[in-house]
Amino acid sequence: MVTLQYMPHKEIQDLDSDKRINKLLKVVRTDKIILLEGRLTNEEETTLIRKTMEQIDDDFKGVELVTSPELHYTWLTKIKSKLINVLLGNQYGFTIIGPASIIKEIKQDPSKIQLLAEDAPKKKKR
Amino acid sequence: MIQKLKKFFNNLFKGLFKKKKQIKLGLYGPPNGGKTTLANKICEDWLGEQMGSVSSIAHETREVIFKEKVTIKSGNKEISFGLVDTPGIATKIDYEDFLKEGMKEKEAKVRAKEATKGVIDSIKWLDDMDTVIVVLDATTDPYSQVNITIMGNLEARKIPVLVVANKVDLKKADIKRIEAAFPQYKVIGISAKYGKNIEEFYEELIKLAA
Repeated sequence: MVTLQYMPHKEIQDLDSDKRINKLLKVVRTDKIILLEGRLTNEEETTLIRKTMEQIDDDFKGVELVTSPELHYTWLTKIKSKLINVLLGNQYGFTIIGPASIIKEIKQDPSKIQLLAEDAPKKKKR
Repeated sequence: MIQKLKKFFNNLFKGLFKKKKQIKLGLYGPPNGGKTTLANKICEDWLGEQMGSVSSIAHETREVIFKEKVTIKSGNKEISFGLVDTPGIATKIDYEDFLKEGMKEKEAKVRAKEATKGVIDSIKWLDDMDTVIVVLDATTDPYSQVNITIMGNLEARKIPVLVVANKVDLKKADIKRIEAAFPQYKVIGISAKYGKNIEEFYEELIKLAA
């Protein structure tokens, strides 16, 4: 069974970037897929990749992530999303982050996201 | 007064003889896009030597490789830069993928460990880049989060970018898809392996870095 955990933005909004990433990775390492309200900043995404690389071992293979595409049909919606992000801190859109051992593939194009997931493999006994 | 004059002349001489900072040109992108193949092509064309080894197995480049003072010319223009070939950036590295390529377990685990360090180094070097060529495999989906993250970071750092759609010699190559994914950047289709369109690439590179 694949578990999807919804994480509202308020759960991370008061944390600094390092703590945000640590919190997300902690959940991902319990074999859950996070559906995060809002987006990470560019720097946070690279921090997530860096910290993921630091944690990779025989059991943890890394993460798959995808952020909702920025679809701005009009100047008004574009301004609206920027304004929301400035006022509320990247709360616009969503982010999916999950363990690479469960999310096998993510396909994204401007209007849809396809995610292929499978049950978590049993951890090897050492 | 004498002290002030001394300081003035010291500063003047320091300014005159200070070594001019070399432009750093980075090759970035996901694994297996052809960064080292392109770095080799550039070095072969302008220095007469190779830069690194290439392989069909991902994460062949696991260390940042730096080649000083590469000078390229196109028409009557030329630029000099330090060329930085970086390991491919990825969000996951599974040693079992290397087992599938025929490696022994120990070797695969070492390669995976080195590859994780390589990704971390690539990210660290981003801060030092003056210009970046993002090398993408034109036969694969450009809408991957790694590509989006790399582009977002370069944009945030205001680093000039040229997108290379590599492997256009292959039937599946689709430059238009890459252009559609990153409309804010100039995209040039090349085959680094066979040198296809390489002159246009040098022309665009000089335009970007000049």
